[in-house]
Amino acid sequence: MEAREIAEAIKEIFQLEVKDIQEFRGQVSVIIKKERIHEIMKYLYDTAEFCFDYLQDLCGVDYLDKKEKRFEIVYHLYSFRHRHMIRIKAEVPEDDMFIDSVVCIWTGANWHEREAYDMYGIVFKGHPDLRRILMPEDWEGFPLRKDYPLRGPEGWEWKGIKEIEELHTNDDERGIKTGFKGSRDQGIK
Amino acid sequence: MMMKGVLRQDSRGQGIKESSDGMGTTEYNLNKDVSGALSNSATIKSGSLATEELTLSFGPQHPAAHGVLRLVLQLDGETVVRCTPYVGYLHRGIEKLAEHRNYFQIIPLTDRLDYVSSMTNNIGYCIAVEKLSGIDVPERAKFIRTLAAEMSRILSHLLCPGTHALDIGAMTVFLYCFREREKFIDLFERLCGARLTVSYPRIGGVRNDVGNDWLEDLYKLTEEFPMRIEQYETLIDQNRIWLRRTKGIGVISAEDAINMGLSGPLLRGSGVAYDVRKFMPYNVYDKVKWEVPTGKNGDVYDRYRVRMEEFRQSNSIIRQCIEKISSGPIMAQAPKFILPPKDKVLTDIEHLIHHFVLITKGAQTAPHGEIYVATEVPKGELGFYIVSDGTGKPYRMRIRAPSFVHISALPKLCEGAMVADVVANIGSIDIVLGECDR
Repeated sequence: MEAREIAEAIKEIFQLEVKDIQEFRGQVSVIIKKERIHEIMKYLYDTAEFCFDYLQDLCGVDYLDKKEKRFEIVYHLYSFRHRHMIRIKAEVPEDDMFIDSVVCIWTGANWHEREAYDMYGIVFKGHPDLRRILMPEDWEGFPLRKDYPLRGPEGWEWKGIKEIEELHTNDDERGIKTGFKGSRDQGIK
Repeated sequence: MMMKGVLRQDSRGQGIKESSDGMGTTEYNLNKDVSGALSNSATIKSGSLATEELTLSFGPQHPAAHGVLRLVLQLDGETVVRCTPYVGYLHRGIEKLAEHRNYFQIIPLTDRLDYVSSMTNNIGYCIAVEKLSGIDVPERAKFIRTLAAEMSRILSHLLCPGTHALDIGAMTVFLYCFREREKFIDLFERLCGARLTVSYPRIGGVRNDVGNDWLEDLYKLTEEFPMRIEQYETLIDQNRIWLRRTKGIGVISAEDAINMGLSGPLLRGSGVAYDVRKFMPYNVYDKVKWEVPTGKNGDVYDRYRVRMEEFRQSNSIIRQCIEKISSGPIMAQAPKFILPPKDKVLTDIEHLIHHFVLITKGAQTAPHGEIYVATEVPKGELGFYIVSDGTGKPYRMRIRAPSFVHISALPKLCEGAMVADVVANIGSIDIVLGECDR
């Protein structure tokens, strides 16, 4: 099926859920409300004429001040049998940062969803193990949000570094030369 | 009786306390703890030995972890009960950085994803930006990209069985593989001056043209290379130790592999003939003849065989590209998006202004829209999802890294297997942590 036909078919079945269909360079995006995302995905996975058995990608996007609903979760689906693809975008507003997980449909979504949580703070309901994945577990803030700075403020440092420093405080007295303290004193950060 | 589990006694009761009187004579005292341990030996005889699971932290500083991968293994004896991967030790925030760079400034960042085959990453990114902005790449540039990408695939696949066999215990394969790797890397150096992080492709084409002497040398190398592949195969293909360590290990079925989103040699090893180069052809992959090798059982051995066959396919693609390549331009005609030629910049004010604006502000003509472009890199499917808001920088650049997905499948491969097979599994999924952590 052509991507456009798939999008129209989805719109026909889930009339109230589909908000918009966009096309750019032959790739079609279907923008949907997040409430019935699991049901829609399950339908796309199970129905023989779509048969989207492969989740290519899942990621979050932050549209701060650009769109009415701040976040979007973007799914790229592909079908090996029919060799067609579609992009589904679910809107997630800032005041309700929850969306249903799709891990029980595609197990490959597990780490992608963890990453979206790590980077944007969007909580996936029903995820088996929602933890930070790329950032340290005690990290504060969500780095890929648009209001998160590219560089931290001057003199700021990760609190984990202090624990490591404390471990090395008595190195000189004990006659251990790790070079750790010296490098910090010289201003190498 | 098979001893299941690891015997752990009270830590104070380890061994026999040694006391010295300073004159070289040593007397051994059995203290209370040891006598307690001795009384335990009665329970060993009766067969009710207390066992417990052992937690083993594997990596991040472990040579067989192929980078800074950390696995926490719960062991019952030598059997892995639970395997939990921890990643992120090499997280450099490339996706965040890309939001603050011009489109052509991101090319060197993509080098640092899968640093073993930086060429394919560059090409994947360039194709994504070209599709976003509607640039047509000239035919010659496409041919050059294709053969460079296949060279890069050979480079990456040479590293994989080399290090994999080294992990399992066969040293020679590593040395043989690095002998040929060096020759291909030397050709990269002649092509663009860099050996690993090449940054050779540009948006709209490639940086510089290739000379005929370079093509001839590459052609000579491809004549010699199939014989080298046979050499690797004679080393391990029928080796009894290799077969015992790889056959039936880390089996993953086709359904599971698809459901987990695996790609590349992992998916093909399970018998799914999915290759982005065939399914969504880019560059000139639809103009050369080649096949997609697949395995049957989805075990470590089949993945290794798939890579060995891909050597031959890549070699054949390079030869066909050299035979078919025609002369012509190597950069597209898209002046609003592409830097002007350097000689013009130095002599003509118009081109100088153009160059200055592009460097400082970026291409202001990128359209509003979003694009997902997948390319087949040696590890699997590398996807770039770029959202453009019309400025010179991507509003959002998502990198779908194959290694990231593949590591998430490690628990599935390792759980229930032996500790030694964990190393075999990590080698067979061929991960690069730079790509996983981004």
